[in-house]
Amino acid sequence: MSKTREVIASGNELAAMAAADAGCMFFSGYPLTPSSEIMHVSSDLMPKKGGTAIQMEDEIAGVAAAIGASMSGVRAFTATSGPGMSLKAENLGLAQMAEVPLVAINVMRGGPSTGLPTRVAQGDVAQAKNPSHGDYKSITVCAGNLAECYTETVRAFNLADRFMQPVIVLLDETLGHMHAKAVIPTAEETEKGIVPRKTFDGNPEDYKPYGVGEDEPAVLNPMFQGYRYHYTGLHHDADGFPTEEIETCRKLIDRLFRKVDAHLDEIESNEEYMVDDADILLIGYGSASLAIKEAIDTLRADGIKAGMFRPITLWPSPEARMHELGKKFDKVLVVELNQGQYLEEVQRSMGRLDIEKLTKTNGRPFSPADIIEKVKEVF
Amino acid sequence: MAFNYDQYLRTNKMPTLWCWGCGDGVILKAFIRAIDKLGIKKDDMALVSGIGCSGRFSSYVDTNTVHTTHGRTVAFATGIKLANPDKTVVCVAGDGDALAIGGNHTIHGARRNIDITLILINNFIYGLTNSQTSPTTPQGFWTVSQKAGNIDPTFNACALAEAAGASFVARETVNNPKKLEKVIMEGIKHKGFSFIEVDSNCHINLGRKNKMGSAMANLEWIDSITVPKKKWVDLPEDEKKNKFPLGILKQDTEAKEYCEMYEEIKKAHQGERGKLTQDDFAKKI
Repeated sequence: MSKTREVIASGNELAAMAAADAGCMFFSGYPLTPSSEIMHVSSDLMPKKGGTAIQMEDEIAGVAAAIGASMSGVRAFTATSGPGMSLKAENLGLAQMAEVPLVAINVMRGGPSTGLPTRVAQGDVAQAKNPSHGDYKSITVCAGNLAECYTETVRAFNLADRFMQPVIVLLDETLGHMHAKAVIPTAEETEKGIVPRKTFDGNPEDYKPYGVGEDEPAVLNPMFQGYRYHYTGLHHDADGFPTEEIETCRKLIDRLFRKVDAHLDEIESNEEYMVDDADILLIGYGSASLAIKEAIDTLRADGIKAGMFRPITLWPSPEARMHELGKKFDKVLVVELNQGQYLEEVQRSMGRLDIEKLTKTNGRPFSPADIIEKVKEVF
Repeated sequence: MAFNYDQYLRTNKMPTLWCWGCGDGVILKAFIRAIDKLGIKKDDMALVSGIGCSGRFSSYVDTNTVHTTHGRTVAFATGIKLANPDKTVVCVAGDGDALAIGGNHTIHGARRNIDITLILINNFIYGLTNSQTSPTTPQGFWTVSQKAGNIDPTFNACALAEAAGASFVARETVNNPKKLEKVIMEGIKHKGFSFIEVDSNCHINLGRKNKMGSAMANLEWIDSITVPKKKWVDLPEDEKKNKFPLGILKQDTEAKEYCEMYEEIKKAHQGERGKLTQDDFAKKI
């Protein structure tokens, strides 16, 4: 039997389908253009499989209810766009601190503030790195085509349960509303790939939810099953109980970083398109990569050898790979629908500032012609 | 034999961070006696709190406990309850928590009439953070954020909950621990959103600035502004304004509970509801 299927759907619909197939049983959110179709589809798919989809009173409650459901042990998600992410930031911080898995989808639109509600942008990339105050290491994945709206959402659920923290999925208005054919895994294949959270099966008296190795995430059992413990956003000890003890506080924040840094190989995901024989390296992500690929094909027909590096996991960034590429390529161009948010990460990873940029913040997507023109102009 | 509170407490986390003479301990004990009488198993309950002195309430009880962000208690609890409709979910929040920063979640929890019990500990002040004005601080009281006296009108939390659609609304004070226990029992037993305001003392951070620096003086003041509902209804209209009625103020056992209604939604999406017109649906709900 085929492991894939062809569907005609929008990116938002695919993300909602992915959640349902990935074993998610709970959606809560608040209407926000251009993400609302994720709620619309979930309000059918969730109850259909015995789960819940609820429209809450605001964005804050939209993420809080999902975190509450996840605390009790079920896979849960929320979806919004930039203005909603700003409101959800507070409770994303709680989920980072208390180590509660959650998928939060941000279908990016023009900003700041209410910006351009129905137009595309990639201006929330920097926000995704640290949406909430405080010190922690977040995980953000970014779909680059329709199929990835499905597969990256599925991957986000598995990463959230593996690392016990929120995972942000970045789509953008172009992908969210693009309606076309996509080849995606069958529901059965997706289900086979579900990796549930770790649980502690020993004596409840020996259970220390946060008393784990220095590189490991917390082990949080579902509620109501005999393992009673405490969730808090305060610094906490192995029991989850508030503490200000110096060593405990230091170790806790260290661990929030180390649990991610020690397992980058499980998190990192990139695409390299015609990089091997290229003279010019283009770096882009999300829907912008669709225009970049087409531009590369045209440039190559003109004898200009360009290739593309596309980070799919944006945070933590693939800094080691970008560092290598920075040594190999003199000519590097970062293409993004903001004023250079990821450019700074490329500069940092490559350890150099002589990197060209093509940016656009007028709410319109790149056309391949924009990119071809820029490449011919600067290189 | 004396009642054994320890069976429900995380005794290794004692003493509490509450000040000497704080009413929160009275509420904690009344709550424990209530769940004991109701026979609710520790594994079958989630206790969710917000931020402030009341926020620490959850951490002392040996059950599934969640200390959330400021004001968001009911929103988190809504997720827990919807994902686990057969479990008991209780929220504990303060007046600043549930009426100021979290007012919206209180309103909409009540409106949904979801089967959650919200115990609002009203000490009329932001106690933990040193005496800033809260939505229930009486006009004319001295606070650190209004040093010339509070000009903000006072919130009647029970009237808000009732108007928003809570199907059980009650008010008690820490002066009446037995009645408090009874009201908490009734609230948890009630199917629907149960809103229980418990007036409590904060002689340290409300009292000392307002001529009631001892627990007793603060409790006497609470006694002076409250009156049992039975007596309150017979008060002249102008006196009613200055007194808060105590007891069960509303109990509507007919109101539909949210999780039960959502079960109908599940059936509809699973194709089990058959053909139903919008008019039929309105009648059913």
